[in-house]
Amino acid sequence: MNKARSNPLNTLAMHGALILYTLIALFPVFIILINSFKERRSIFREPLALPDSESFSTIGYETVMQQGDFFLYFQNSMIVTVASLFFILLFGSMAAYALSEYRFRGNMLMGLYLALGIMIPIRIGTVAILEMMVATGLVNSLWALILVYTAQGLPLAVFILSEFMRQVSDDLKNAGRIDGLSEYTIFFRLVLPLVRPAMATVAVFNMIPIWNDLWFPLILAPAEETKTLTLGSQVFIGQFVTDWNAVLSALSMAILPVLILYVIFSRQLIRGITSGAVK
Amino acid sequence: MTALSLKNVNKSFGKVHVLKDVNLDVEEGEFVVFVGPSGCGKSTLLRVIAGLEDATSGEVSIGDEVVNMTPPSKRGIAMVFQSYALYPHLNVRGNMTLALKQEGQPKSVIEERVQTASRMLNLEPYLDRYPSELSGGQRQRVAIGRAIVRKPELFLFDEPLSNLDAALRMNTRIEIANLHRQLGASMIYVTHDQTEAMTLADKIVVLRDGRVEQIGSPMELYNNPANQFVAGFLGSPSMNFFPARIIQDGDDRIMGVRPEDLFLADDGILSARVSHVEKLGGDTNVIAHLKDHQITARLFGQHAVEEGQDLRFGFNPQSAYHFDTYGARLY
Ligand SMILES: Nc1ncnc2c1ncn2[C@@H]1O[C@H](COP(=O)(O)OP(=O)(O)O)[C@@H](O)[C@H]1O
Ligand SMILES: [Mg+2]
Repeated sequence: MNKARSNPLNTLAMHGALILYTLIALFPVFIILINSFKERRSIFREPLALPDSESFSTIGYETVMQQGDFFLYFQNSMIVTVASLFFILLFGSMAAYALSEYRFRGNMLMGLYLALGIMIPIRIGTVAILEMMVATGLVNSLWALILVYTAQGLPLAVFILSEFMRQVSDDLKNAGRIDGLSEYTIFFRLVLPLVRPAMATVAVFNMIPIWNDLWFPLILAPAEETKTLTLGSQVFIGQFVTDWNAVLSALSMAILPVLILYVIFSRQLIRGITSGAVK
Repeated sequence: MTALSLKNVNKSFGKVHVLKDVNLDVEEGEFVVFVGPSGCGKSTLLRVIAGLEDATSGEVSIGDEVVNMTPPSKRGIAMVFQSYALYPHLNVRGNMTLALKQEGQPKSVIEERVQTASRMLNLEPYLDRYPSELSGGQRQRVAIGRAIVRKPELFLFDEPLSNLDAALRMNTRIEIANLHRQLGASMIYVTHDQTEAMTLADKIVVLRDGRVEQIGSPMELYNNPANQFVAGFLGSPSMNFFPARIIQDGDDRIMGVRPEDLFLADDGILSARVSHVEKLGGDTNVIAHLKDHQITARLFGQHAVEEGQDLRFGFNPQSAYHFDTYGARLY
């Protein structure tokens, strides 16, 4: 491993491959960004050109700001994503801890039941979910979305986290018990910090689908005051005319928060890996 | 007063019966070592004593009080783990003081105990470091310090030295023995290493498959093992076993002779071919084949023995042990 790494040719090839991959991955984002700053004609004439003094225009951003309540949509998306992630991580890790730490009757079955959701897409239950939300009066509220996304994220979270929690040293938990820590303290102060990389992974996996989802906002919360960013941006995509300036601008702005959240989580991921565990 | 007493303790994990009718008394101030091969249930027994596992049946008393229903933190015990199990988010001081803070001890008491313990273990320069900034030996000392500050009636050690290298292991072993002398507390020490058991223990408990095979002082067990298992487990190199019929036709017993009881003799009763020689300077270990049986002789001093050589060994018949075919000691 070390030998391979110190070989300059290998290093070159490795970095070359990574740079190539980065370019490919970032290309669409880059195209969206540059075109969002161009006027409509230039977008179609030269989609790959950078905006220059002639083609530069912020008309897209202006339209987005004027049309509808963009900041409200933005805020809604943010609330829904952050709250869902919070609940997924909280309940997912608690369930995972119970499954991995305590021996009780039906432990295995419970684990399987909780993991079942990974294989069954939640959208199959859309009609039932809608009926339920109508019955509980949650339609057109952000809670409807938060609850659905939490349910959608939990199976994978429990599955991944319980696997990681099994690897947390028993001795460490037992040391805490002998020192008189409560099970909650052991869970929050000893176990959670040690599975932080897994938590970050779960957060990243869940964040993007929730942020980008169009289906549930459209069905459960289409009201003006509960629209999410993705749903809000749809006004610019018409059946006959699409306001590309506005769409690209809205998309550009939608990328930012996910990027910020991603940076936060991935820092956690790296810190978790490097922060020397028990031994 | 007995520091610990176990009465018919059993432990099962589902269908697996791990501890079988364990009975044991530990006197105040005694150093007791549980020894046995890996997987024989030593750690499980220790965890039952600590209250980290519930006994399936039987009674655990610490200091004359039945503690079956008492949580670990209220049993007056402290435990040192094989993997150190230090809290990664706390520095050395934080690791040592956590339990005292949980108990609600006043600051002055906490400070004083940390002072005393860190002086005893030479940890004073490291109090503000985090576990990840310490070496293995230092971590183990912190783990021991964390146990000392609680002033427990009973210390539990679960293979505390097995992650250390040989030199450090010997030093720490001596440190633990000193600690026992200084503190005078009762200690239970789990190990699979018979040298640790022999050197540290006032009393050794030999376990096999969750059953107590024999209890006694190191020399009692060495001189008077109850069965073939105990005889083979204690002493290094371990006792030689061979069928008595090699010496006397028709004898179906098993004979045991310690390597140190064998000597070279031209008219020796055992004739064997040397397969390997370990020259240690002070001692020479000769590994030889007696028909299909491997025997080891520990000869004092230096000997010019070569591989492939045919040798004759003798032993004093009084020093031989006899076992029946099931391994029970005959005489
Ligand atoms: N939590 C558990 N669940 C099921 N079996 C266990 C558990 N803990 C220990 N065992 C079993 O009990 C036996 C004794 O284990 P242990 O006490 O750790 O042995 P030792 O410490 O002597 O090496 C082993 O066979 C192990 O598989
Ligand atoms: Mg063990």
